[in-house]
Amino acid sequence: MLEYRVLPAGDTALVVEFGDRVDPRLSAAVLSLAQSLEGEHIAGIVETIPTFRSLMVLYEPLVLPAALLIEQIDTQIQKLNSHEIISRVWHLPVCYDSRFAIDLQDVAQRTSLSVQQVVERHSECLYHVYMLGFLPGQAYMGEVASELALDRRATPRTSIPAGSLAIAGRMSCVFPLETPCGWHIIGRCPVPLWDDITATALLAPADKVRFVPVSVREYESVAARAAEGVLKIEPVSDFVEAVA
Amino acid sequence: MKPTLRIIFPGLFTTIQDAGRYGFQRLGVSLGGALDPVALRAANLLAGNPAYAGAIEALYVGPTFAVEADDARLAFAGADAAIELLASADAVHGERIAPMQSVRVRRGQVVRIGSLKKGASLYIAVEGGFDIEPVLGSVSTDCRGKMGGWKGRTLAANDLLPLCRALATERDECRIEGLDLSPPQRFRTVLGPQNDYFSEAVIEGFFASEYTVSAESNRMGLRLDGPPLQHRHGFNIVSDAIATGSIQVPGGGQPIVLLADHQTTGGYPKIATVISADLPAMGRLPIGAKIRFAPTTVDEAARARRALNATLESLPGKLVRIAPPAAITTQLVECNLISGVHDAAA
Repeated sequence: MLEYRVLPAGDTALVVEFGDRVDPRLSAAVLSLAQSLEGEHIAGIVETIPTFRSLMVLYEPLVLPAALLIEQIDTQIQKLNSHEIISRVWHLPVCYDSRFAIDLQDVAQRTSLSVQQVVERHSECLYHVYMLGFLPGQAYMGEVASELALDRRATPRTSIPAGSLAIAGRMSCVFPLETPCGWHIIGRCPVPLWDDITATALLAPADKVRFVPVSVREYESVAARAAEGVLKIEPVSDFVEAVA
Repeated sequence: MKPTLRIIFPGLFTTIQDAGRYGFQRLGVSLGGALDPVALRAANLLAGNPAYAGAIEALYVGPTFAVEADDARLAFAGADAAIELLASADAVHGERIAPMQSVRVRRGQVVRIGSLKKGASLYIAVEGGFDIEPVLGSVSTDCRGKMGGWKGRTLAANDLLPLCRALATERDECRIEGLDLSPPQRFRTVLGPQNDYFSEAVIEGFFASEYTVSAESNRMGLRLDGPPLQHRHGFNIVSDAIATGSIQVPGGGQPIVLLADHQTTGGYPKIATVISADLPAMGRLPIGAKIRFAPTTVDEAARARRALNATLESLPGKLVRIAPPAAITTQLVECNLISGVHDAAA
């Protein structure tokens, strides 16, 4: 039986919290509930926001009072049963060259690893996309190898370029847009992760991502195709996971 | 030639905003939208536009711009401001225009808006609206996401904002009377979602304290100075989603009320959330404003929301036609006299 609690976030949002930690099982419950509420097309639900461990449900209180929405949520959670989540596996090129990886040397020092080892450990992992947030299309991917997990830098940077790949605690993120950032930049990905014309994010929660190290030349060739709008990137395969 | 408003001086933080960009927060896209949707709606009503058409939102210091259309009807609603209509960009003095009214402006005339008073935000609507392509269903400017509005950024000198209409319709100008935009005595909040990160005593202290709106406030959040709120067990939570109006408390203990441009997700505990009916007033608080919070229930919040909706629906009944230009001076004198008498009686 799933444990959860429903917390108010004012009078137009509820938080359905399945736990307080980063855990693929909690994430799966969050995504399943989001999917099942969506499938019900309940009048008065404005939108839902899945996160690591909770689902925010935004609602219009004069159409759907909170008490009725909570009943709906309870009903949907009772009905959540074991099923398969089909997600996609992506291989994303990343250039770990020092011209992009402004903190790689520093990360190596902090972790007592060589630059080569940091790149190997970071790129040998198959990451799980827990959620999107912070910026349009920005995926939180985890978890990085424990020896690579680092807290924020003492001084955040006022601006980092779009595509920057960071270690952010136990997560890794590619920032789809230029942004202020307090995390450790260890590379850059030339594949656009967000298209505001079509409102499409390349990655979705539950997807799997592997970072493939590429040379500066390969980076530039992919970036040039992206700039021309002729870059086609497809998932390498589907990923099927059973959810209890 | 395309009718436009030509920006001469952009003001401090001037953007195009409408009701916001709903439905894409799961992708990391912020809601955005007018900080004070009540004033936005008033400006659009005065201009003869749909309730939540995109308008210029000025914060703290207003813009100066020239009308490069045969003529245009502008409407101003929100904070008090010195709004002047100048004959040209070189003119020193012009005709003063009160906020909460519409005005017809001819080609070449310049509108100059000074610092905003008694409020943070002023909306400038133009009849027919701006000819700007919506992005994800909205013309709101998302400066962090660099999309929507005018080129996804604040307005800058020499921007030419395209207008849908080249001419104002033939009708009298209007003003809105009796719309109270003053902040509530206490902003009503629902506790949570992370009130369990604070002791009973800290929560009591929060409701007993006065907070001052800090100069570091922006469209993402209203930063408050006041007694710090101590966390019971740490201030880092595993990131969850953020609702507009949630009051997040970072490590230093100074609360931040999250406004329209807040991130979709974040990792600080949120002690309480300002109810939706009180959010428009939150969006018009100037720097230095002193505010207090009060606890309420979700049911009470729904009643407050109904009351706000009733106020919004009563707006057309508050429209008063302004007599033709010859009589304007007399009208203004009467207004001053009336408010003078009112003040004396208070």
